[in-house]
Amino acid sequence: MTSHDHDHDHSELSETELRVRALETILTEKGYVEPGALDAIIQAYETNIGPHNGARVVARAWINPAFRQALLDDATNAVATLGHVSRTGDHLVAVENTSNRHNMVVCTLCSCYPWELLGLPPVWYKAAPYRSRAVKDPRGVLADFGVTLPKEAEIRVWDSTAEMRFLVLPMRPKGTEGFSEEQLAELVTRDSMIGTGFPRTPGAPS
Amino acid sequence: MNGVHDMGGMDGFGKVEPEPNEPMFHADWEARVLAMVRAMGAAGAFNIDTSRYYRETLPPAIYLASSYYKKWFLGLENMLVDKGLVAEADIAAGRAVQPAKPLKRGKFAVSDVERVMVRGKFGREASAPAKFKPGDKVRAKNIHPATHTRLPRYARGHVGVIERDHGCQVFPDTAAMELGENPQWLYTVVFDGTQLWGADADPTVKVSIDAFEPYLEPA
Repeated sequence: MTSHDHDHDHSELSETELRVRALETILTEKGYVEPGALDAIIQAYETNIGPHNGARVVARAWINPAFRQALLDDATNAVATLGHVSRTGDHLVAVENTSNRHNMVVCTLCSCYPWELLGLPPVWYKAAPYRSRAVKDPRGVLADFGVTLPKEAEIRVWDSTAEMRFLVLPMRPKGTEGFSEEQLAELVTRDSMIGTGFPRTPGAPS
Repeated sequence: MNGVHDMGGMDGFGKVEPEPNEPMFHADWEARVLAMVRAMGAAGAFNIDTSRYYRETLPPAIYLASSYYKKWFLGLENMLVDKGLVAEADIAAGRAVQPAKPLKRGKFAVSDVERVMVRGKFGREASAPAKFKPGDKVRAKNIHPATHTRLPRYARGHVGVIERDHGCQVFPDTAAMELGENPQWLYTVVFDGTQLWGADADPTVKVSIDAFEPYLEPA
């Protein structure tokens, strides 16, 4: 890269920063947004939401068959019964992986994702490679994640084209008999709840 | 609209590249953009469908070249200008030089933050019985609305099966254009991969979309 290109990149980034800052000034000066309210939103995103919420839901389903069934029947209501998980709002659907069926979630049109349970989506989830290929070549996409499924397993791709949000309930890893709910939750990865990965196996490097 | 945002099935974008230990934001301004969009939406400046439509209507080259939050920023700015909430003169000056306009739900305050952290409710009373039930064969209509729609191109014209009924929900096609909520029945419709992508496609793949009733016809 030449020094000219570098300067160019740098000034473009600064331009975006300046434009964002200017818009915030305008919104505040016009009285549309109370000073401090934007900081409070960011703080809430940074502390209240994240894959730890989804991991709790998955671990509970692994340990409690009645909860698992309730989750598959009506995920919104089932999650609402878990006081320690932040409120999720409506329209949640949980889909269960089995030995012959693997679920994977995408939003081809934008970036729909169960924020409350998984946090803000990672860049790859919102980017063109995943959005374009997940519905046409899901095995190829899984290969990008280092994930291989049995040849005969059905792959079900859920394209989130409306306000329904999908949480994958992955299979409980082997070797976890007797694990507590908290220990199980530690094994549940974000990607395993999107369907682009598996939960961690006990003892394996993370 | 048949925009570049409707990416399902397109080729040539390359490999998926997960970033290890990805931070929540890659720059401070990304967090500010997210917060501004959430705040102004909650204040009633626009609904979620309109905000999606504004990102879709960014010029294709800009859409493809912009990062996620850059698209959010550009869409937000265009939307606020079109609604007269922000003037071009304000943006040129970098501060408010034109008077404010009233917001539908008033100023966004710190006390409103809890509200934006819970997902909205999109279910509505049904005004007519559902036309389809789980197990019904349906065809996604071959339609090409020039404005906002949530029927992806790759599904149009193809036959699938209704798998789930999600009740009546706000219809994005009209809500985005501010033509009303116009609630419609919403279904999960599942398609065989070979139906969507041809006989050579992976026979183990099934793909579902969530489709509003006006997108579907009996098959």
